Amino acid sequence: MAAANVEKYKSDGTVVGGLLEWVDARFPLMSLWNDHLAKYYAPKNFNFWYFFGSLALMVLVIQIVTGIFLVMHYKPDASLNASGVPVAFASVEYIMRDVHWGWLIRYFHSTGASAFFIVVYLHMFRGMLYGSYRKPRELVWIFGVIIYLCLMGEAFVGYLLPWGQMSYWGAQVILNLFSAIPLIGNELAIWIRGDYVIGDATLNRMFSFHVIAIPLILVGLVAAHIMALHEVGSNNPDGVEIKKHKGPDGIPLDGIPFHPYYTVKDIVGVVVFLMFFSVIVFFMPEGGGYFLEFNNFFPADPLVTPPHIAPVWYFTPFYSILRANTVNFFWIDAKLWGVIFMGLGVMVFFFLPWLDRSPAKSIRYRGPLYKGALAIFVVAFFILGYLGMLAPTPGRTLVSQICTIIYFAFFLLMPIYTSLDKCKAVPERVTG
Amino acid sequence: MKKLLIALLSAPLLAFASGAELHLDKAPDRSHDQAALQNGAKVFVNYCLNCHSASYYRYNRLTDLGLTEQQIKDNLMFASEKVGETMTIAMRRADAKKWFGAAPPDLTVIARARASEFGSGADWLYTYLRGFYRDDARPTGWNNTVFSNVGMPHILWELQGEQTLDHEHKLTLAKPGLMPPQEFDAMVGDLVGFLTYMGEPLANFRKQLGIIVLIFLAVLFVFSYALKREYWKDIH
Repeated sequence: MAAANVEKYKSDGTVVGGLLEWVDARFPLMSLWNDHLAKYYAPKNFNFWYFFGSLALMVLVIQIVTGIFLVMHYKPDASLNASGVPVAFASVEYIMRDVHWGWLIRYFHSTGASAFFIVVYLHMFRGMLYGSYRKPRELVWIFGVIIYLCLMGEAFVGYLLPWGQMSYWGAQVILNLFSAIPLIGNELAIWIRGDYVIGDATLNRMFSFHVIAIPLILVGLVAAHIMALHEVGSNNPDGVEIKKHKGPDGIPLDGIPFHPYYTVKDIVGVVVFLMFFSVIVFFMPEGGGYFLEFNNFFPADPLVTPPHIAPVWYFTPFYSILRANTVNFFWIDAKLWGVIFMGLGVMVFFFLPWLDRSPAKSIRYRGPLYKGALAIFVVAFFILGYLGMLAPTPGRTLVSQICTIIYFAFFLLMPIYTSLDKCKAVPERVTG
Repeated sequence: MKKLLIALLSAPLLAFASGAELHLDKAPDRSHDQAALQNGAKVFVNYCLNCHSASYYRYNRLTDLGLTEQQIKDNLMFASEKVGETMTIAMRRADAKKWFGAAPPDLTVIARARASEFGSGADWLYTYLRGFYRDDARPTGWNNTVFSNVGMPHILWELQGEQTLDHEHKLTLAKPGLMPPQEFDAMVGDLVGFLTYMGEPLANFRKQLGIIVLIFLAVLFVFSYALKREYWKDIH
C-alpha cells in the first residue's frame, strides 16, 4: 500500500517498456497491479465455492456493457402510442426486433439480472460455509451486504422499465409498502412515486436510478469490497489465516499470487459459467417464466389488476416473509410488521460477524449444531422462495410463518448454538 | 430435530395442495413448417388484423417465411401502404372499447404473454380459439372455455360451426361449419404457429446460434482448462 517504498518500473528499452516507465513514474500502476493481482497472495486451497466472486464481477461488467447499449434505444415513456401500447413497452420490443443484435443484448441483460443473484447468493453462502465474515473480514462482509442491498434496489427499479403488467403491479405492491409507515407513510409513498399512482414520473425516476444512481454506488462499493478484502487477505475453506505462517521472503507459505494462478483458474470458471448462461440466453430466455415472467409480456394496464402478483424469484423469500405477517399486534398493523420483518430479514445479515461465536470459522471444523442449523436455514430459505411465487392460501401462509421463524431463529439463536457446539481442532496450515 | 426436518420436508406438499387447474390442448409445433406458417399469416391478416394490431411486427419480416416482398404486397397487405410498416389497424381504440367493452389487445407477443404453468402460450391460444361456444347470456352470444366472458365474438364461427357446452363441461359441435373439425383444428394450428413465430421471429435463429456458441465455449473450455493445469502443476 505504501507507494513510497515500492520499486518503480524500469524500462527494458522497448516502446511499451518506455511507456510503462513513463506512466508508472506518474501513476501507481505497478503497485496497483502488484497489490491486487501479481503480488496478492491468496490461499492455494480455494475450491468450487471460490469462483463466484470473480463471476459476480464479470456479471456486473456484462450488465453495465449491455445496459449501455440498451439505453441507446430504450424510451422511459409511459404514454400510449397510436396502437395503444405504452412507448416504453414498445421500445423494448423495438430492441428485440429492429435493433441489430438487440435481442441478444436484451436477453444478456435480462438473464444477467437473474444470474447476478444466483452468483451472489452462492457467493454469500460460501461466506457462511467458511466463516468468511469473521474477524478480520467484518468490513468485507458489510460492504458485501450493502452491495446485495444495492443489487436488490437495482433489480427492483430495473424491473419496472419494460413497463409490463408485472413491472407495474410488482412496483405497485412494493412502493405501496412505504404507505404502511405511520404518520408520514402516505405522503412518503406519493413523494417516491412522484404521483398519486405509478405513472410516467415514477418510470422516469426509476430509469434514472437504474442507469445512473445505483450503478455508480454499486461500482464504488465493489471497489471498496475488493480493497478491504485485499487489505486483510482472503479466507479459505479451512478458515485458517495463511498470514500466520510466512516464509523468509515474507510471503505466506500457503499463499500463491492471484495472478497468474487464480486468473487462469477463474477463466475456466468463466467459461463454464458462460456455458450455463448461454443455455438460458439461447434456448430458454424466459427461464421457464422465472427470469422473464410471462405476464410481463402484457403491457402495463393500471385498470387491470393481475389475479396473482409475484415478484421475480430472487425476491420471493423476502416477499414470503412480508406476507407471513398476518396479525395486528402492539397497535401495529400486520402490513407494517411485514415491512419491518422483511427489512430485518435483509439487515440481519449485517450482524452475522458478531452473532457467530464458534471457535472454528470453517464448516469443516464446526460441530453438528451449526451444520444442522445451516441446513435447516437453507431449506427454509428455499421454501420461502418457493412460496413467494405462489398465491397465498391458509396452508401456505402457515408454512411461510414457520419458515420465517426458522429464518430469524437461525440468526438470533446463533450466539447460543455456536458457543455450545462441539468443534473439531482447527489445523495450523491449510489442508489442500 | 428429526420432527422438525420431517415437518419441513412435508411443508411443500401442504403448499401444493390447492390451486385451480387449467386444462389446455397441446398445440401442434409449426416452427419449422414454412407452408403452415404462411397459411397462418394469411389467416391472421384476414381474420385477426381488422380489430387486433401487431404493431411491433413489420410486413417485410414475412420474408422470414419464404415470401417475396411482392407476394406480401399482393396477398397480405390490406391495411398498409408500405412493406416496411408495422401491422397497425385503422380502428380507433376508443371506438373498440365502446363496441367490445375492452380494446382488442395487440397480438405481436400474445403467444409469449399467454404462457403459464399450465402450458405454453401456443397451447393456450390453440385451446382458446377452438373453445368458443354458444351462450345467450353474453352480449355477443358467445362464451369461451378458457377465457370466460370474453369480449371477442367467435370470429371463426363460419368455419368451425357452433359448439355448445354441456353440464359436464364438454364441448359438442351442434351445427357444423364450412370446415370439418380436423381441417379447422389444423388451420387454427397454423394460425397459432404464426402467432408463436411472430412473438419472437428470431427464435429459430437464436437456437441455431446457441449451438455454435456452445461448441465454441466447449473448445474454449478445453484450452482454458489445459492452461490452468499447466500453470498449477507445481502447486501442491
